[in-house]
Amino acid sequence: MGGLSGEIWRPVSLTLELAALTTALLLVLGTPIAWWLARSKAWWKEGVATIVALPLVLPPTVLGFYLLVALGPMGPGGLVASLWGARTLAFTFPGLVIGSVLYSTPFVVQPIRNAFEAMGDRPLEVAATLRASPSRAFWTIALPLAMPGFLTGAVLGFAHTVGEFGVVLMIGGSIPGKTKVLSVAIFDYVETSQWREANILAAGMVLFAFVVILSMTLVERRFAREAS
Amino acid sequence: MKRLGWIVAGLGLAASCLWSPGAAFAASTNVAVAANFTEPAKEIAAAFKAKTGDEAVLSFGASGQFYTQIKQDAPFEILLSADDARPKKLVEDGLGVADSRFTYAVGKLALWSKSADLVKGEETLATASFAKLAIANPAAAPYGAAAIETLKALKLYDPLQSKIVQGENISQTFQFVDTGNAELGFVALSQIAKVSSGSRWLVPQNLYSPMLQDAVLLKKGAGNEAATAFIAFLRGPDARAIIEKYGYAVDGKS
Repeated sequence: MGGLSGEIWRPVSLTLELAALTTALLLVLGTPIAWWLARSKAWWKEGVATIVALPLVLPPTVLGFYLLVALGPMGPGGLVASLWGARTLAFTFPGLVIGSVLYSTPFVVQPIRNAFEAMGDRPLEVAATLRASPSRAFWTIALPLAMPGFLTGAVLGFAHTVGEFGVVLMIGGSIPGKTKVLSVAIFDYVETSQWREANILAAGMVLFAFVVILSMTLVERRFAREAS
Repeated sequence: MKRLGWIVAGLGLAASCLWSPGAAFAASTNVAVAANFTEPAKEIAAAFKAKTGDEAVLSFGASGQFYTQIKQDAPFEILLSADDARPKKLVEDGLGVADSRFTYAVGKLALWSKSADLVKGEETLATASFAKLAIANPAAAPYGAAAIETLKALKLYDPLQSKIVQGENISQTFQFVDTGNAELGFVALSQIAKVSSGSRWLVPQNLYSPMLQDAVLLKKGAGNEAATAFIAFLRGPDARAIIEKYGYAVDGKS
């Protein structure tokens, strides 16, 4: 590894930080949404589900464009930033977290919703007849039963945030240690013909993606075996 | 599954229908254009088409990115670079036509803000009453390198370093300032030639090395008459007038 600057590892740790924080936030915010989507009888719930799923189809540039405007001085992000005297949330780590949360939402919400739905009404009805309060039934029955969905959602959300490029490129400003994540670093290295560095990071990403997908498949298989 | 097969076949057919009329435009040439030259290039391509009937199909990006792509056999026939190093390197790499290289424009750097009274001159940088200063990626875009040179010449690079945000190319840098996410930024004078609002400072040329922007005909386009015609047009008086209108100097020697 002689001759390589330590600079090359900064994007790696930054990316892991971003993905971990995004995943944690998504589990907290996504669970109630998934629960509601799975249990509600409201006629408009599929409308909400569709909005949640939009990032699956939209080009990242759409989100990047809207975020750049929304985070800036003319949007709500600028208003929030003005609380501590800044004028924009773009080019900041929190800005990237906001973008990543929005962009990875469907990858976390969908599997959890599916798990809640697969469980059916029955376990909760039984819990109710045994006088368990709804919140107790949720924490002690629904959550453990939906564990495979949470696991899938967490892994997908994390992996998808690591793999994100368009949004962070458009709102990041490529600041080392703050917004220059892995995918942007690879882009920069390729653009400036530093292929050795690009190779190291890119090969690492291939390995990472392989491990993620393989371990997910194995975990899912194990859960399926346990269930049967 | 069967239906899916039909859909795929249908899409393929539709794609080939869209593709074939494109092949009928024999007299067209693919031109890679440095992002700072976007506006004048569009105007030049329109004038070129009006005069010759040939079409110049323009792609915009950072010069460094184009260099990498051309080395990987990208289908460009002409490169309008933002520097003189990359066209030279392409000739050395055996990808460019040696005697086709010439300076089509000399770029000028400007400090620009959307706010009417923010940019007054170099003292604006020295007082540093702003949060973000946008520049282009100095490793890939010559305007970014010129911005760094300027800051170093003013001995302001170290104090301002933490305020710098980078666009991947000069277009993204402009967009960072234009959306107000950065209060000010080093952009190409050509980008703000048609913008009357905001405030600007034309960076004195002694603060950065001259940005000779060279064009080169690539070997891929050597046999294409539309490509050679475009190069000739770019050297001609019509194109020069457009280039000067956007605030570039035109190198008298070429």
